Amino acid sequence: MGLYTELFITFAKIGSFTFGGGYAMVQMMEREVVDNKQWLNHEEFMDTVVVSQSTPGLFAIDMASHIGYKVKGVKGGIVGALATALPSIVAILLIAMFFQMFRSNIYVEKIFMGVRPCVVALILAPCFGMARKAKISKYNWWIPVACAVLIAAFGVSPIWCILAAGIGGFIYGKVKR
Amino acid sequence: MIFLYLFLVFSKIGIFNFGGGYAMLSLIQDEVVNKHHWLTVQEFTDIVAVSQSTPGPIGINCATYTGYTAVINDGYPVWMAVLGAVLASLSVIWLPFILMVSISKFLLKHHHSKTVESVFGALRPAIVGLIAAAAIMLMSKENFGNPSESPFVFIISIVIFLFAFVGTRLYKVHPILMILLCGLAGLLIY
Repeated sequence: MGLYTELFITFAKIGSFTFGGGYAMVQMMEREVVDNKQWLNHEEFMDTVVVSQSTPGLFAIDMASHIGYKVKGVKGGIVGALATALPSIVAILLIAMFFQMFRSNIYVEKIFMGVRPCVVALILAPCFGMARKAKISKYNWWIPVACAVLIAAFGVSPIWCILAAGIGGFIYGKVKR
Repeated sequence: MIFLYLFLVFSKIGIFNFGGGYAMLSLIQDEVVNKHHWLTVQEFTDIVAVSQSTPGPIGINCATYTGYTAVINDGYPVWMAVLGAVLASLSVIWLPFILMVSISKFLLKHHHSKTVESVFGALRPAIVGLIAAAAIMLMSKENFGNPSESPFVFIISIVIFLFAFVGTRLYKVHPILMILLCGLAGLLIY
């Protein structure tokens, strides 16, 4: 089996079996890529995690691009990224087609009336755990509050918040030194 | 034209996405629901639920669904909508990919540098704010019912919300199980 085929199958598998995306798939990826295929050692894998966290884009796709790139250059990266995305694209396309037909169905609507408040809770719940990981303290609590208020109450684009935080952090770092 | 817009919007969403799928939600909502009206608040919320319960990154799921729906709503046939879905999904990927390939070596060498640390010291708290904003924007009449017009729906929604919040936060109930439970509750109660 060619290396490209192997890359494709490995990442398509990872893309098909990780629910909720992102960090859920780190473990599975490590098992496949480090233990089974031995394309990277543990340390290189952890480096990949760090780089993927600090570059923009989807975490899972960043990971796949980087690992594919390490194994087989730019083409390997492309194969890794596309293979990770492909199962979601196919699955969601099928659901979207199905949904167009059944959206107006009374029972489907009832189910989603129950699901919608749940979704809001599912998004809000991890915020508190993340706040701890982001090292929010009495000095920087105003950053998330200001972002949330600007976006939700004043309709400011989240892009401005990201730019302001990035540039602000950069300047603060320079001034402090 | 819709294809060009899909490409531009999802490229923008891809390159400004730091901090994972949830952080992306407020970006997607801002562009897709508030600015371009490709989806309603309800449709967007439904997609988040579907994304939670299907495999793959939530950002790709949202892009695929939005691409498909936006093109269909614009009056094009299904095969064009499939193209729109693929285009939107790939648009999210390509810019970060180029960045990843070109600067990953540099980043590996410098990720312990003081500058990178101070930038992320401010970015991480901002991302928490972004996620909170996504949740707050979804706390709408469309998703919870109007308290004056349909108080029953509103009260049930609040109860479901609290149940789901406590269940995931304190009892670590799996999100997919939670969605199934709340869907079942909706089916039985309404």
